Amino acid sequence: MTQTTTIDPAEVAKFEAMAAEWWDPNGKFRPLHMLNPCRLDYITGQIAAEFDRDLKGPRPFEGLRLLDIGCGGGLLSEPMARLGATVVGADAAERNIPVARLHAEQSGLAIDYRHTSAEALAAAGEAFDVVLNMEVVEHVADPLAYLTACQQLLKPGGLMICSTLNRNPKSFAMAIVGAEWVMRWLPKGTHDWRKFITPDELYDLIRRAGLQPVDRKGMVFNPVSWKWSLSDRDLSVNYVTASVKR
Amino acid sequence: MDNPASRAILDPMIPNRKHDADVLIVGGGLNGPALALALAQNGLTVAVVDARPAPARAETGFDGRAYALALASQRLLAATGVWPLIAGQAQPILQIKASDGLAGDGPAPFFLAFDSAEIEEGPMGFMVEDRHLYAAFLKAMRDEPKITLISGETVVEQTCGPAEASLALASGRRLTGQMIAGCDGRASGTAQRAGIGRTGWGYGQTALVTAIRHERDHQGIAHQFFMSAGPLAILPLPGGHHSSIVWSERDDVAQAIQALPDDQYLAALRPRFGDFLGRIELAGARFTYPLNLTLANSFAAPRLALVGDAAHGVHPIAGQGLNLGLRDVGALAEVLVEAMRRGEDIGAIDVLERYQTWRRFDSTTLALGMDTVNRLFSNDNPILRAARDIGLGAVNAMPGLRRAFQRQAAGLTGELPRLLAGQKL
Repeated sequence: MTQTTTIDPAEVAKFEAMAAEWWDPNGKFRPLHMLNPCRLDYITGQIAAEFDRDLKGPRPFEGLRLLDIGCGGGLLSEPMARLGATVVGADAAERNIPVARLHAEQSGLAIDYRHTSAEALAAAGEAFDVVLNMEVVEHVADPLAYLTACQQLLKPGGLMICSTLNRNPKSFAMAIVGAEWVMRWLPKGTHDWRKFITPDELYDLIRRAGLQPVDRKGMVFNPVSWKWSLSDRDLSVNYVTASVKR
Repeated sequence: MDNPASRAILDPMIPNRKHDADVLIVGGGLNGPALALALAQNGLTVAVVDARPAPARAETGFDGRAYALALASQRLLAATGVWPLIAGQAQPILQIKASDGLAGDGPAPFFLAFDSAEIEEGPMGFMVEDRHLYAAFLKAMRDEPKITLISGETVVEQTCGPAEASLALASGRRLTGQMIAGCDGRASGTAQRAGIGRTGWGYGQTALVTAIRHERDHQGIAHQFFMSAGPLAILPLPGGHHSSIVWSERDDVAQAIQALPDDQYLAALRPRFGDFLGRIELAGARFTYPLNLTLANSFAAPRLALVGDAAHGVHPIAGQGLNLGLRDVGALAEVLVEAMRRGEDIGAIDVLERYQTWRRFDSTTLALGMDTVNRLFSNDNPILRAARDIGLGAVNAMPGLRRAFQRQAAGLTGELPRLLAGQKL
């Protein structure tokens, strides 16, 4: 395959190294890789239910236009493209974009990665069937303005999946003390615990943004099986929600 | 930000890179076809590279080679649609009798008897001849459009790159896929080419394998005698008057026996299990297999997984080799199909490590367990002999413990892959 890119050849080696870093399941982004199957189970299940798709069939998300906000190296964008969705990956960190593009190209996947924001895409009149908004809302300055932009990006009948961290003593112990200070899974300062949002606060924000929350689940790490799984009851640390635009 | 020139690589007209198949399976024995069917029936495309020319194997007459399929294995065959093709040629194992024996004395009085009436799942397992099982796999593969069977071809080179795996065949043909599954036996070339080392040792024993015709009906009972030289298994074949014999002896003794003419071979065999089946005569070809244990140092690598004997060649006591292999098949198929449905890259190491984590503990403990049983029983030390007689008797006297052993032998314990519980993926 040949293609023209704006990537300076001298920078390609650097991007390759960064792509390798993003996609190394035992590297810097290990926590995301560990969480990914659990997130994907939720995302694929919700999309299949909302748009009546059969996950056992080939390319079940064919025809759906999907936006992955905060796409990073493309850990969610690539699976969505593989399942047939037309994917736009957006990230506010400019350096992630060529890295994600390079990896998608290596994987033979056509994904439209852009250095942009939800607000800018909404202002440009972009419209999607699905917006993935995973582990982003706890990092933004104005959650309501941000969720309102997400709502504007959805077509009527569209689906938003939003995950974040709960705010309570346990989430402080797990996400800050455990993940950042003890396990060093995340760099210190990755999260500001005061910006964490309780599930009820998030439901309230989602409603005020003009969407209707339809489902929420906890994502729970089991240190014995060393696996994440979805939980109906335990939303005490990581949790994920689904909302629709009626 | 967005620059029109940068969009070329995002051009939706550039198709997703097309591979010859999603999964490239090396080895067309039994595990390879079973894996191919389990994957293809759930939406993945598969190429199977088999070194043997297919017709030669399919046309084999009765040669006495047979497998003791555990109940869980039979369920996997049922779930993949193979079982209906061989059900009529399978002999249910209704009882397993294990006992300590001394060459010339016949079995010792302490019997360990497993009766299928004690577990609610049905027979303990089934005896199926190799030729029927392989023919059934061949037919099922040919009827499955997502499987490409490449017979009479060997792999000379393999590469596992960041985005694809490829095989170069001796004919010059090249195949690409998302990953390679090595189902190529205990001397796995797939493992060697990937630089995966092995740990193992020989037993100084060789298995003599044949089939006999006997006067009395075997009534669906399998016998396992733990003799000083090594175990002797008598496994019931269809019709009531044929049994498969797996007989282990010290290497030198086995070679000497194998060199005997048929009548003397039979004369050497006869006293080893007494006269409970009446008169016996040879009914199949005679084979020998040197026994050794070989474990791959890892079962998974980027874009590569090892299955069955390629991962763990075990002592063939109780026919656990194929049964363990089919557990690998069930686990790998489940991991790959789940990953595919999530949109994950099925060749990624974090996906394949799920398979390794699932299977490694189970197969290693079983391999070492078989080894211990064999070492304990292949011994004429009178103290050990007394201890194991009492041990067998004690297990027999405790129904709970016996049922637990029985479920283990039927392959119904551990974290069972869904296919081995007879469920669809």
